Amino acid sequence: MIPNRKSAPEIIDAVNLQLELKPYESFTLDNGVPVYTVNGGEQEVLMIELVFFAGNWYEEKNIVAATTNYMLKNGTKQKNAFAINEHFEFYGAYLNRSCYNETATLTLHCLNKHLTELLPAVAEVLTESIFPEEELVIYKQNQKQRLEINLKKCDFIANRLIDEYVYGLHHPYGKYTSTVDYEELQRADLVDFYKRMYTDGKCILFAAGKLPADLGDQLNKVFGQLPLNRNSLADVQYNLDPAITKKNHIINDPEGVQGAIRIARPFPNRHHPDFSKVQFLNNIFGGFFGSRLMTNIREDKGYTYGIHSHLQNHIHTSAWVVSTEAGRDVCEATVEEVYKEMAVLCKEPVGEEELDLVRNYMIGSLIGDLDGPFQVIARWKNYILNGVTDAYFYSSVETVKTVTAEELRALAQKYLDPMAFYELVVV
Amino acid sequence: MIEYNRFVLDNGLRVLVHEDHSTPMAVVNLMYDVGARDENPAKTGFAHLFEHLMFGGSVHIPNYDEPLQRAGGENNAYTTNDLTNYYCQLPAENIETAFWLESDRMLSLAFGAKSLSVQKKVVIEEFKEHYINKPYGDVWHKMRELAYKVHPYRWMTIGKELSHVENANIDDVKAFFFKHYRPVNAILVVAGHVQLEKIKQLAEKWFGDIPMGEKYERHLPAEPQQTEARRSEVYAKVPVDAFIKTWHMDARLDKGYYATELLTEILGGGGSSRLYQALVKEQKLFSGLDVHHFGSTDKGLLAIEGRLVNGITLEAAEKAVDEELEKIQALPVNEAELQKVKNKTESMIAFEDMSVMNRANSLATYELLGDAELMNTELQKYQDVTIAEIQQYSREIFRKENSNTLFYHSK
Repeated sequence: MIPNRKSAPEIIDAVNLQLELKPYESFTLDNGVPVYTVNGGEQEVLMIELVFFAGNWYEEKNIVAATTNYMLKNGTKQKNAFAINEHFEFYGAYLNRSCYNETATLTLHCLNKHLTELLPAVAEVLTESIFPEEELVIYKQNQKQRLEINLKKCDFIANRLIDEYVYGLHHPYGKYTSTVDYEELQRADLVDFYKRMYTDGKCILFAAGKLPADLGDQLNKVFGQLPLNRNSLADVQYNLDPAITKKNHIINDPEGVQGAIRIARPFPNRHHPDFSKVQFLNNIFGGFFGSRLMTNIREDKGYTYGIHSHLQNHIHTSAWVVSTEAGRDVCEATVEEVYKEMAVLCKEPVGEEELDLVRNYMIGSLIGDLDGPFQVIARWKNYILNGVTDAYFYSSVETVKTVTAEELRALAQKYLDPMAFYELVVV
Repeated sequence: MIEYNRFVLDNGLRVLVHEDHSTPMAVVNLMYDVGARDENPAKTGFAHLFEHLMFGGSVHIPNYDEPLQRAGGENNAYTTNDLTNYYCQLPAENIETAFWLESDRMLSLAFGAKSLSVQKKVVIEEFKEHYINKPYGDVWHKMRELAYKVHPYRWMTIGKELSHVENANIDDVKAFFFKHYRPVNAILVVAGHVQLEKIKQLAEKWFGDIPMGEKYERHLPAEPQQTEARRSEVYAKVPVDAFIKTWHMDARLDKGYYATELLTEILGGGGSSRLYQALVKEQKLFSGLDVHHFGSTDKGLLAIEGRLVNGITLEAAEKAVDEELEKIQALPVNEAELQKVKNKTESMIAFEDMSVMNRANSLATYELLGDAELMNTELQKYQDVTIAEIQQYSREIFRKENSNTLFYHSK
């Protein structure tokens, strides 16, 4: 067989491939905690994620939510921090915790054969954590020090400031931590937050992997009797307080050799009718390696190692953000090129060839993203927390297949207005 | 147990096929037997720069990414001190596109001047972003130079200095390509929703006519055994002092590697590890601590690094580290402690193997080490490590004259 290297092999357009979001199964524990599961995979492993509405949205004092979440593993009535870690690590399991804006999670990854030994220990940290003062002292000291180091990094500063500009310093999406916050943090704050938001809190459970047949019974036995989901969630609202000044250039390190550039505008959440189409437009703009920003600013001009744009994944409201780190002497030129690319999208309709490429790329990448039970449950979790269903998935797929160049241009004109963007360069 | 088939084309290209029909995707992983250790000491960073150039167009195809994206695919690549790896994932129906793209750039690059000049700039920005414009960004540049005097592990993959990248020219690029990027120096792994027979045909069709090239014979200078402790001090504009200390360890295929990996875990893996408990939690000397090793093909380094709590001296931190290391040499670890790190290893392998892409990558890595079957026998080697071996290797490794200590002072 002599290959014809000059022309590409026949392909099936990814848009014509079968695309299915594997449905979850669900049931409810005795105490009303909903459980969503996706069964699958070849390896004898699984993950269980407990989602609590314990993000910084619900804290009254800065970093109480994040600290409470972090310190879940730092001591219960029966075990000190070392013993907790040792228990999970002995079984080769990972107990991770993460704090987000609305939610905070506790996630167990383990081999199936050890699940029975591990679940009660997960419940223990939810009901019997004691937040030892000594652990808090160590945590504060080490976090303060980490913060000091991060404050030397231009990208860290830029990420904090751009959120502050878009949402305001008193909004959960815009606020950030100072050394003073750590100093003012009291053990009593954590104990109180823990009791309300975890022990007596609102919880949703997700499980995925090669699930054992008696998973429901095991979960019910361990978590179904806890005092969860009795109280309805407080309806907390915040006002946005966006910055007045649109352009900020900051020197954080006079000897810095790069600048962190952030260009961002407020954008509605995924319930807005424009969301899916703008997500498509974002891909063309700066959403993947073949995007306009990457092609122009990295692959043509070499100003940066990478430049990206994305819609932030927030529940209440969002932002459209361009971010990059560029050579100090080409920061101005980079910013200028970003605006130029916005202008081109407003002026010229995207060509058919590029449209097809992005459609196929997005569908192919979606098929890849849905490969495996952990990936599928992650998508379902995101949907459930954002209050959307599989109808959202299928309509987004339809958007990818059918959105037109004219629609995209209209959206560019609506949203890619330089005047609507905050511009920040931190050297 | 990972099943696969292996065959070799007449031009020496090794091909491994791992079928997994639970996924709709296919993975094509092409690994080249060249890394930063194969560079000319006056032209470091070249293997990595070259990786960037592999996306700058090949002899028949002006752009690698576009047709792949059109076929619904995604790709990436990485360079280490030992090897360079290119991988892509796409819907299995379109796998031939990956063969077309990968074989054309193995046949020959386009060697465009523009690609070279732009990618030099991109890599320079990458260098700045990760190693210059970050506090402590140069720690490993300095540590490698301290620990290696002869072996090319003495420089980082990104390169020893910016000027080496700046000075790369098109002749270097061509010479490097025809020396290293030949079928006889490459391993192709195809995995996912694919059939062996079909892959055999595609491999023959697309790669079969590429000239074999010359087998690259590596003659790297072995690092002589270190005979006295080395120390170095750095003063930099960072907020807190940092401590870093390394010891030479066994190569990837040596017997001691497995015990050393478990030893590393016992010392620093997770919240119940010895150093974390003693030095971060009990003695409160470090605000964070990391114990790791290179995992490199040739003799690597085991490293302990951490940032100090304000007010603690580097001398005090070092003394406390030494005390822990003396303990592990003096007293055997207990059964449960060893079992813990073996269980962790088992679990880590199981989670890694969930993804087809990881499996393809591992098969290529083991084949490059000499035998893909290692993938299925690794776990047993960890299980077989004994308490006595942990003690034996800890005594061999943590000898004073085998150590390199870097005090990174805040100025």
